[in-house]
Amino acid sequence: MTDSTPENAMISVRDLRVSFGSGAGLVHAVDGVSFNVQPGETYGLVGESGCGKSTILRALCGLNPNWSGDVTIGGEAMTPVRTRSFYRRVQMVFQDPYGSLHPRHTVNTTLTEPLKIHGIGDADERITRVLVQVGLGPAFRYRYPHQLSGGQRQRLAIARALILEPQVLLLDEPTSALDVSVQAEILNLLVDLRERLGLTCILVSHDLAVVAHMCDRLGVMNAGKMLEELPVTALEDDSPTHPYTRQLLAASLGYDRRLASTAVEDIEG
Amino acid sequence: MSDNTSTLRGWLRAEVTTSPRHAALQRFYFGWLRLKGNPLALFGLSVLLFLIVVAILAPVIAPVGFNDQSLTRRLLPPSAEHWFGTDELGRDVFSRIVWGSRITLYISCLVAIIAAPVGLAVGTTAGYFGGWTDTVLMRVNDIFLSFPGLILALAFVAALGPGIENAVIAIALTAWPPIARLARAETLTVRSSDYIAAVRIQGASPARIILKHIVPMCIPSVVVRITLNMAGIILTAAGLGFLGLGAQPPLPEWGAMLSTGRQSMLQAWWLAAIPGLAILTTSLAFNLFGDGLRDVLDPRSE
Repeated sequence: MTDSTPENAMISVRDLRVSFGSGAGLVHAVDGVSFNVQPGETYGLVGESGCGKSTILRALCGLNPNWSGDVTIGGEAMTPVRTRSFYRRVQMVFQDPYGSLHPRHTVNTTLTEPLKIHGIGDADERITRVLVQVGLGPAFRYRYPHQLSGGQRQRLAIARALILEPQVLLLDEPTSALDVSVQAEILNLLVDLRERLGLTCILVSHDLAVVAHMCDRLGVMNAGKMLEELPVTALEDDSPTHPYTRQLLAASLGYDRRLASTAVEDIEG
Repeated sequence: MSDNTSTLRGWLRAEVTTSPRHAALQRFYFGWLRLKGNPLALFGLSVLLFLIVVAILAPVIAPVGFNDQSLTRRLLPPSAEHWFGTDELGRDVFSRIVWGSRITLYISCLVAIIAAPVGLAVGTTAGYFGGWTDTVLMRVNDIFLSFPGLILALAFVAALGPGIENAVIAIALTAWPPIARLARAETLTVRSSDYIAAVRIQGASPARIILKHIVPMCIPSVVVRITLNMAGIILTAAGLGFLGLGAQPPLPEWGAMLSTGRQSMLQAWWLAAIPGLAILTTSLAFNLFGDGLRDVLDPRSE
């Protein structure tokens, strides 16, 4: 199992809490979660929809400032408001490539924008390089998103995240909105880029197969709490101890009539 | 495909666009194709283009100046010599209508140029920031909206004094609130989207996000709205002119012409009918064109 001490971790999260609403409507979306991610490691966050895994990502990348706890990224303690240099080190790929690309911006505009914000020159060279990196090629440079397929859009979203050359890449279910045939392509691309660029990643997913393919370690979440952390090898030798993890694992193996009926009995009490 | 690229049409339809200008032109071309499929919108557009040409070429088209009087030829009915007859001072009504198209276009374009940016700025700011900013800006907006447009314009003109410039300012003041409402509504649907989140985590400032990412999403509906409002703007301008608070005599503003024509309407029907028809045609053309533009520009139809 990989070392998980906070001392030399790239990302260290201690007792992270995020809540929405107030009074009787108060919901603790993330309730005291702690984990560490080593440099170059890919950490998976797994759980059912609404368990708070995407909320953790949004708190880490600065989209949601209403959190408490200790978060350290690259040795630097995070505050709710981030500096501009922070965004050069941490970038995110969103779940739905149909919603994460500006419909009125060409590929070129989408990729130039981060360079302009950070005052980086040699835009031409960088854009060509990153388009080749994600397997799109320069021919796509002046197209609009509606001229791209789902997989091509997600490649563009990855290119946009990579053009600032970040150290940390946050992946919010990057394949779940794509066709099954394209999912593997995007996953392989991500694995390949991670190795070549030495990225530290957090992958949020409800798909254990995706996590097993990409991650070194994973944390299983339910209802805003971290249930257990385990190395990805544990999924293969079937050694998870927590019943919820075992249930997830069983669900990922496909539909089983006997299992489904016992699950229904469990729920109905 | 390579044999197609030699022709202009092939270049415009090319699957691979090679420059930002190419991409923009292609977008424009496909928009034009869609507009071309709508005969009513095309009719509106041609009337407007015709109006613009008439306004530019007014000195050439008009047989005489708009203020050339001939008191011996008063109130003549339409004839080969005076197509639209003459008015109570013996001025050629056709010439006055032609010159008047300049004033109408001047007022409506100036109002659009003032009202659209103000409405966009207020609406997107209120929508993006929300909270107190939103409350304050939208309550101010509500105050403007709660008066009927013509009444508010009347009040401003009464305070500022009659004249075309003041009429433009007064009409612009009544024209921006609906645009701000619209821009705010569009902003609310856009601001929580992932592509705005994506520029936020690139470190973009709120001003940059609003100007470069939110405003482009609002512009189509604002353009459509202002085109449809153009009819109302022309009618308000004509209304102010009719009440003697817009363009002052002897300027051939259509509303003012209608107003003076009213006095001799029973003997000389053309004095009121012709300017009225001009106002009707122009506002109808703006409405038809605006309707077609909505089909072309609606981002959801792509």
